[in-house]
Amino acid sequence: MKPFRFLAIAAAAALMATPALAIDISGAGATFPYPVYAKWAEAYKKETGNGLNYQSIGSGGGIKQIQAKTVTFGATDAPLKGEQLEKDGLVQFPMVMGGIVPVVNIEGVEPGKLVLDGPTLGKIFLGEIKTWDDAAIKKLNSGLTLPSTAIAIVHRSDGSGTTFNFTNYLSKVSPEWKDKVGSATAVEWPTGLGGKGNEGVANYVAQTKGAIGYVEYAYAKQNKLSHAALVNKDGKTVQPVTASFQAAAKNADWSSTPGFGVILTDEPGAESWPITAATFILIHKQPQDPAAATEALKFFAWAYKGGAQMAETLDYIPMPEKVVADVQKVWAKDIKGADGKALYSLSN
Amino acid sequence: MTDLSLQAPSGLSAAAEARASKLRSFRIKDGAFRNITLASALLVLAILGGVILALVIGSALAFSTFGFDFFVTQAWNPVTEKFGALSPIYGTLVTSLIAMLIAVPLGLGIAIFLTELCPPVLRRPIGVAIELLAGIPSIIYGIWGLFVFAPLLQETVQPFLISVFGHVPVLSTLFAGPPYGIGIMTAGFILAIMVLPFITSISRDVFETVPPVLKEAAYGVGCTRWEVVRQIVIPFTRVGLVGGVMLGLGRALGETMAVTFVIGNAHKISGSILAPGTTISASIANEFTEAVGDLYTSSLIALGLILFIITFIVLSIARLMLMRLDKKAGV
Repeated sequence: MKPFRFLAIAAAAALMATPALAIDISGAGATFPYPVYAKWAEAYKKETGNGLNYQSIGSGGGIKQIQAKTVTFGATDAPLKGEQLEKDGLVQFPMVMGGIVPVVNIEGVEPGKLVLDGPTLGKIFLGEIKTWDDAAIKKLNSGLTLPSTAIAIVHRSDGSGTTFNFTNYLSKVSPEWKDKVGSATAVEWPTGLGGKGNEGVANYVAQTKGAIGYVEYAYAKQNKLSHAALVNKDGKTVQPVTASFQAAAKNADWSSTPGFGVILTDEPGAESWPITAATFILIHKQPQDPAAATEALKFFAWAYKGGAQMAETLDYIPMPEKVVADVQKVWAKDIKGADGKALYSLSN
Repeated sequence: MTDLSLQAPSGLSAAAEARASKLRSFRIKDGAFRNITLASALLVLAILGGVILALVIGSALAFSTFGFDFFVTQAWNPVTEKFGALSPIYGTLVTSLIAMLIAVPLGLGIAIFLTELCPPVLRRPIGVAIELLAGIPSIIYGIWGLFVFAPLLQETVQPFLISVFGHVPVLSTLFAGPPYGIGIMTAGFILAIMVLPFITSISRDVFETVPPVLKEAAYGVGCTRWEVVRQIVIPFTRVGLVGGVMLGLGRALGETMAVTFVIGNAHKISGSILAPGTTISASIANEFTEAVGDLYTSSLIALGLILFIITFIVLSIARLMLMRLDKKAGV
């Protein structure tokens, strides 16, 4: 009996001791930023001893959890509207960005050589353009020899922020798409195959001749998929690269949108990639646990500052500095403890 | 007669007293054992009841919004929030049907070979291999299906089917369309492989219960192997066989991950089994995490309830069939 008693005491002591040693920040939500949040969390833990427990349960789940106050922060790909934030007493801000890239599998077409514009992309996904040698595609690609292969549409089968931003773009550039399908994390696709997750779509596209799909930039790059260039709002043809994603973010009107809820599709600017997306954090204005919220804000400030490079190695795009400064002003102004004192001060 | 020692009147010897207390403790232990097992059994009922209740409450919104239309509409539009369960129901039933069409004859064949015809050297390796198939996690089947099996079908089987049946009426619709590699048929094939071990090992086990004397008698009057299997083995074991098949069907109906990978996840009913479709469990797995809005979530839970009911109906039919078989056989 004795050793057991000793063990029990030791275990109890250990249990009581842990909370005093480190604070764990809890968050839940979007799956898209999960890899970068995980990487930041690991580096942050090494530096400060404070851990981050992030559950990538999906944006919808993240919103529900923060509304129920079971987590310190929620994360969502589709930004909440101003009045919704007001109603729930939440502050919303963008954390990191990514690009969404159309990927294709056409014999004889090299990566980045195929050019598409919004209306044509819309018609392809509506199933109206059925083969790759269609006149509308030919017109944009005079230098390419396009086969008569049938176009196979590949889309996400699971609800996803990627789909939200992609369909949001199509709705902006194709009135017919807006009318018939619309934009949401999941839509009623007129045609095509559904792949689960970015990897599912990437795989179907890689396997199916004549396929076109859309994935996060990181997946297109890592799987060496053949991407298409897009014609942006200014009529310029752009390639999906970090610079063009950042250009889109720079040209966006962040400050006058409530909760920084800018959807970075079809942004103006000669350099702008037309389907860029930010992912957002939600935190209560008056957090139930001010100590945890303070820690969370410290973590986010650290990530904005020291995490940019880590984000880039994973093919995410850091937020422009001006946006970060504006976000931190909002923290200092709006997020308060029970005593009405700000939890974040701009000096640190 | 009750045991005298149980009454344990005072004045008996110490030995008898000890014996009485021992017996009392046995009685208490036995009672406790009975209650614990009873509680375990009741727990199952409570869990089942809880699940049904949760599904009914969760799906109430969907059913009150769409009514009976939910069962007969094909639309699944998260943007306008119009949901109908017809295409997942269709996909679930068709993939399971394909799986059973393949797995039942194949499984029975393997079981007959193993019990009646197999040389003893091969019996164990084949038996163990079949049982190992059952131990493979479904996600592995999904990944294998997507990366290995689907491309193989796309390049070989599907073009063959399209070219052979392309001009035959009815069959041309069944095997129409571009060979994607993934779709209803691929999902059915994967399911067939997944349920095969259940059907095989149960059939093998029940075949082994056939008394040798029956088989020997049949051989003795000059029956061929086929006649012995057909007239003696299968009739003798039919209850167990139907049980095994139903167990397999149960798994095929509810299988999620492997199907999600290879079915193509399109909320559409297509005449062709080469076309992409979806099943109830695949839809739930795909969409639940990012289902925004109460009606969307409720519709997915309603799908879960429908799957529950389908499984229940299947099991009831199996019971009914067994009862009729028994009556016919006059048992």
